[in-house]
Amino acid sequence: MMREEQPYISAEAQRLPELAADRLKDGWRLVVVTALQDPQGLEISYVFEKGQKVEGLRVRLSLDQAVVPSITSSYLAAFTYENELQDLFGVKVEGLAVDFKGQFYMKKRPNPFLKEPKEGAAAPGGVRG
Amino acid sequence: MAERTVIPFGPQHPVLPEPIHLDLVLEDETVVEAIPSIGFIHRGLERLAETKDFSQMGYVAERICGICSCIHGQGYSQGVETLLNLEVPQRAQFLRLIWGEQSRIHSHLLWLGLAADAFGFEALFMHTWKLRERLLDWVEKTAGGRVIFGANKVGGVRRDVPEDLLKAMVADHKIIEAEFEILADTFLKDSTVRSRLEGVGVLTKEQAQVLGAVGPMMRASGIASDTRSLGYSAYDQLDWQILTEDGCDCMARVKIRVREIRQSFDMIYQAVAKIPSGPVDARPKGFPQGETMARLEQPRGEVIYYLKGNGTKNLERFRVRTPTFANVPPLVAMLKGARLADVPNIVLTIDPCISCTER
Repeated sequence: MMREEQPYISAEAQRLPELAADRLKDGWRLVVVTALQDPQGLEISYVFEKGQKVEGLRVRLSLDQAVVPSITSSYLAAFTYENELQDLFGVKVEGLAVDFKGQFYMKKRPNPFLKEPKEGAAAPGGVRG
Repeated sequence: MAERTVIPFGPQHPVLPEPIHLDLVLEDETVVEAIPSIGFIHRGLERLAETKDFSQMGYVAERICGICSCIHGQGYSQGVETLLNLEVPQRAQFLRLIWGEQSRIHSHLLWLGLAADAFGFEALFMHTWKLRERLLDWVEKTAGGRVIFGANKVGGVRRDVPEDLLKAMVADHKIIEAEFEILADTFLKDSTVRSRLEGVGVLTKEQAQVLGAVGPMMRASGIASDTRSLGYSAYDQLDWQILTEDGCDCMARVKIRVREIRQSFDMIYQAVAKIPSGPVDARPKGFPQGETMARLEQPRGEVIYYLKGNGTKNLERFRVRTPTFANVPPLVAMLKGARLADVPNIVLTIDPCISCTER
């Protein structure tokens, strides 16, 4: 079996809605949105697929400026991934079409996938607001 | 304008073995909006990968779900093998394929049974699950487990299956397949089944593409997409093609799953005929380094495993995107305009696996 090429293209966060709209127009399918915390901050990857070809857009954010615009204006289905980013990694997603405001998952503490939780984050609670 | 009513559907509901909630906004008997809520049992298993040895995480990956366990184990192993540059022996690849297709058959039979129960055909439900048990017996005889197969590991599979057992398995699978045809006939031709499912829960080809539907949901809307065509395991060595249906409704989703069961039986027969002899595992050396995204076809559709290693025994990131997670937005679209009485059938046709989704 040939190993699948999986290239990632660096992008500026502000350009995400425009780049996503272009991909939608070209017939790309949104496959997954993934976040990763490393010593430099957060890395968010938006992966698309077209005819078995996979390509990702990757943006870097600092932990204190973790804000991205939503791509739900073109890919409505991204609302699940973007709510997950807000819940698990504390990324603020602006312009989200369906915004659960950090209540997408029930969790014991806010932003549980951040290695060091943000100061001043909402009080922990195991129930939805 | 009719008065609007909000009806809560789930998280506890007779057609839902697992918790998902929908706020259904109704005008008379028609759904005008559906707002989904998941996250009642989110377990944070992905985070666990950062504290467990990569070889221990295989056990956890398999336990993401009790229905899709086999391919979860395989997907995780395949991702780690890519990061380790580890070549898996051919016999292990064929065995992975055989167990993967048995997993697809039992999962589709489980779904067909649940669907029959949801549209009120209880005898059909019981016969379907009775047949599924026979298949699970073969999974137990060959892999060792019924729910958690325990078959996959990094580098290959945990046990070999003797040739005579494979031959006996094929002989009995042909009997199971013949019995399945009697059930398939009912699912496809019975007027009561058709009257409940035809024209219900329509997801157009365009909606399926834009909303990111995967698996039988996508293929029942006419899109030929199946990650098995990437050729992982031994799929590149079998004669098969992607199946599609163009009905776009609940009935089309029944048809596609019935046809995929037949195709899976055929793949198992082909794989047993072609399986080479040799070792079934390779010893992993070193620690995972770099990043990869393994894409496999679960019974419910494309599943994604993103793995990033940093050369230590712990993965830096383990991310799973399950098919049900991808099929939630298409579900919301299908519910708009549906009759309240059809909601259980429509919800079930995505074959929701909340255990996977709440990984």
